[in-house]
Amino acid sequence: MDAFMQAVPALGDAFGLILQPVVLGYLILGVVMGLCVGVFPGLGGIAGLSLLLPFMFGMEPIFGLALMIGMVAVVPTSDTFASVLMGIPGSSASQATVLDGFPMAKKGEAARALSAAFSSSLFGGLMGAAFLTVFILIARPIVLSFGLPEMLMMTILGLSMVAILAGRVAIKGVAAAGLGLVVGTIGAADSGGSLRMSSYDIPYIVDGFKLVIVGLGIFAIPEIVSLLRQDRAISKNAELGAGWADGVKDWWANKWLSLRCSVIGVVVGVIPGLGGSVVDWIAYGHTVQSTKDKSQFGQGEVRGVIGPESSNNAKEGGGLVPTLLFGIPGSGSMAIFIGAVALLGSGTIEVGPGMLKDNLDMTYAIVWLLALANVVGTVLCIAASGGIAKLTTIRFTLLAPFLFMLISFAAFQSGQNFADLVALFGFGLIGIMLRRFDWSRPAFLIGFVLSNPVEKFTNQAFQIASFRFRDSTQAGFEYIFSPIVIVLLVITVVSVFLGIRQAKSILAEGDVKSGSKRAPMIFLLAVMAYLVATYWNASLINDRLMGDKIIPMTVSAVALAGCLVLLVQMIRRPETDIVFADREVAGEDAEAAHGLWPTLAWFAGLLGLTALFGFIIALGIFLVSFLRQRAGLTWVHAAIYAAAGIVFMCFMAWSLNRDFPPGLLQDYADLPWPLK
Amino acid sequence: MTKIKSIATALAAGTIAMSMGFAAHADSHAVDMSGKTVTWTIPFSETGGSAKWANFFAPLLSEALPGEPTVVVKFMPGAGSTKGANWFQTQKDGGGEIMFGTSGSTQFPYLLGDPRVRYEYKDWVPVMASGTGGVAYLNKEDGAKFDGSANGLKDSKFIYGAQGATSLDLVALLAWEMLGMDVEPVFGIKGRGDGRLMFERGEANIDYQTSSGYLGGSMPMVEAGDAVPMMSWGALDDDGNIVRDPTFPDMPTFKEVCEATDGCETSGAAWEAWKAFFVAGFPSQKIAFLPAGIDQSVVDTVVAGFEAVRSRSDFAEISSKRVGKYPMFVGAGAAKAAEEATTISAEAKGFVVNWLSEAYGVELK
Repeated sequence: MDAFMQAVPALGDAFGLILQPVVLGYLILGVVMGLCVGVFPGLGGIAGLSLLLPFMFGMEPIFGLALMIGMVAVVPTSDTFASVLMGIPGSSASQATVLDGFPMAKKGEAARALSAAFSSSLFGGLMGAAFLTVFILIARPIVLSFGLPEMLMMTILGLSMVAILAGRVAIKGVAAAGLGLVVGTIGAADSGGSLRMSSYDIPYIVDGFKLVIVGLGIFAIPEIVSLLRQDRAISKNAELGAGWADGVKDWWANKWLSLRCSVIGVVVGVIPGLGGSVVDWIAYGHTVQSTKDKSQFGQGEVRGVIGPESSNNAKEGGGLVPTLLFGIPGSGSMAIFIGAVALLGSGTIEVGPGMLKDNLDMTYAIVWLLALANVVGTVLCIAASGGIAKLTTIRFTLLAPFLFMLISFAAFQSGQNFADLVALFGFGLIGIMLRRFDWSRPAFLIGFVLSNPVEKFTNQAFQIASFRFRDSTQAGFEYIFSPIVIVLLVITVVSVFLGIRQAKSILAEGDVKSGSKRAPMIFLLAVMAYLVATYWNASLINDRLMGDKIIPMTVSAVALAGCLVLLVQMIRRPETDIVFADREVAGEDAEAAHGLWPTLAWFAGLLGLTALFGFIIALGIFLVSFLRQRAGLTWVHAAIYAAAGIVFMCFMAWSLNRDFPPGLLQDYADLPWPLK
Repeated sequence: MTKIKSIATALAAGTIAMSMGFAAHADSHAVDMSGKTVTWTIPFSETGGSAKWANFFAPLLSEALPGEPTVVVKFMPGAGSTKGANWFQTQKDGGGEIMFGTSGSTQFPYLLGDPRVRYEYKDWVPVMASGTGGVAYLNKEDGAKFDGSANGLKDSKFIYGAQGATSLDLVALLAWEMLGMDVEPVFGIKGRGDGRLMFERGEANIDYQTSSGYLGGSMPMVEAGDAVPMMSWGALDDDGNIVRDPTFPDMPTFKEVCEATDGCETSGAAWEAWKAFFVAGFPSQKIAFLPAGIDQSVVDTVVAGFEAVRSRSDFAEISSKRVGKYPMFVGAGAAKAAEEATTISAEAKGFVVNWLSEAYGVELK
């Protein structure tokens, strides 16, 4: 009770601090900068905050906080543009939004999807702040009750969403998730440092693949290539149907769903070390389960946008708890935030356990600045959404080269290595194949995202549990089966059970026809070959480093078993069966004006030219020739468009202080930026 | 062993004398850097301690250099910082526009002969170095059995959240091992903050933090009686002896605890190995380098810049909050620190490589 008595005056002080015109000015400045940076998928918060850091030194604390929070808060809002309009998942926070948001854009409902998403974001953000105001006072013991078994169970709950998103052939979904999990284990193991499917001779792979690249490759590239082949606008009829007001109405009609999902967001966000990666999938899973008519999911069901978007902004609020109370960052941008707070003013604010005691007013100021930034950001985004949604009515062939430009640049930022582009292309190919043969891409991505947490928490929880068991059997069981674990276990079992029953009616990626046997079979055999290689490779690791080998071996064995079942089905069943789903047999892709390989060759061309001449020169050649050859513009128009694209690219890179991929030419000649 | 040390000291002393001579003339030879951009590359992500360190110094250095060039911090994370260091090895001259910052995590793989290391510290020109300290602490129950020696702790079983056997945690693990304590590391956490959280949840019952982490995160637990400080790693005096950490003058050092504990010796292969890794990981933890073959006048200019930062009247105040109350070495002092941080005897290296393999099955190849 004492704590609450202190809280009221602190809350008053906090509002006194925030509601000054100068502070609001800084906040708006931060929001606008955040929106500009947020257009780059996968760059968002971290790049923006790094940009602000030099100015933080000695700055008045509340001004600095307003600027930084304004910027961080809008990133999960602004990356919705990319996920809805282009099908590009900007960050882990917007993966699930792609599933229904992008199909809505294809139906010409981009503005509706965007405004529904933004309304949900706003509501989620405000709910998060309101909840935190009280919760932050009592959060410490609750956060501490989430030990390793609880986090492992939470991760498994996230993984169980595969059941819902598995698609028509459940076993394919399991295999896709298994493949995602083993791809996630590539590189040096966290525990003992053993190399899995990698070698020190190729240092790039030793660090494992980054989520940005996998997300772009698996979701964005297949969609871009598919639309490009059909040579039409994103919106099928090249016009906008429902407007932004419909989206707000949709949100209002689903306000209870939005409320539940924002609570999920805050609660999951509070747990340090887990937060972002699972929350939108859990919210999406909940949305599907709580919807009566499930037939529209994956084809543009507005609830599929409202659920995840309500949770991901609420999660930002929840993520403040471990950041402020324990000094443990919940995300990359939070880590920079902690560092930047130390630079503010005279350095008296130190994020960590002392925060509640010494700086409760600042804590509240941070919570409510976040809420306020959400409001400002959302209003700006909704205002812009009608106009920006028009992008979906433009002929896609004019848009695509710039998208290739954007995603290549975004991918390069994750490792600043040419290999990033090669990896992007590789995952793009995998994504195209998964999409073609109707293997669940969401399942693959969930597997990939949760691979590291699953492995880490399993190993660590196992080690600590065996330590406790050595003490006494009872202590061991008490550790593993805490009340929280049991509750999560029940939820997981129920959700898997319901998921399997419902999965058949959910066509997450639309209907896919079946035709020939050969292509789906070859793909299945390729996947199996990779799984066998993973199993064999992991089995060579020294037995003393069991933690480094157990997960890749177990997962690949399970996925292999699933693939074997599929193989038997393929041998026995006729070629019209759904296991032989293949988009190249019938439907949009098969009837497209352009073939898959020539289209993909354009992208490969961009990468090849980059390897030779560096990114900017390659981009010039690529844009002009693409716009001339493929889009049929005149040379003059093509040159003007290309120049505009390059100027934009250079401006963004220059203001964010980023480099471009160099090529062979740069090894021999010392060129000025941006050519170097 | 002592012979190598004394040669090293003599060399370092020579370097000091020489660069002092240069430093005296620094002003007259200062290179005007106006309009230039100094890019300070950090081989870690934006989120780590090195980022905090470089971000603190960058604006101050910019002000202090002649012509006030822009100083930007760039990040090149990967392969436990060896990626960035391998990149820096290929850089030439740069006229002061290329600077690099290393940390204990860059020094350790170099000292251990990690296969990923394709860089050579001896080629680079150190301009600034700074350090930190570390504190080990116990949970309440075991803390009560601690009396300045680890004799009462030999029957307890400890569990510790660790980043990896070849990380900075090596110093803590080896210290506890030498004290005869039974500490089981749980590997794979990301950063010491996660280790502290594991301790707070009661899953781990022993932990260590760097000084700033201890002051910010662990002190409240100590004050509440939930944790008991055990020892600091200590600090180095001018003669290279381990003395009490100035930030924790009331806390015994590992050296003192070791002397008080049966079976722990402050001489011999284990001790020399521990000391070598302690020096590389703490008192000379973070070092700023210019690339090989750089012009001496540029080196002098940058050294003078850091010197000016250090002699700011408010430096003690602003730095203690952000990078800790530890000495900052410039020019010759930085050269000596870098020398100490990257030199190890073959015996000490062999001891640690063998111990890593026997205790944890970690092979460095």
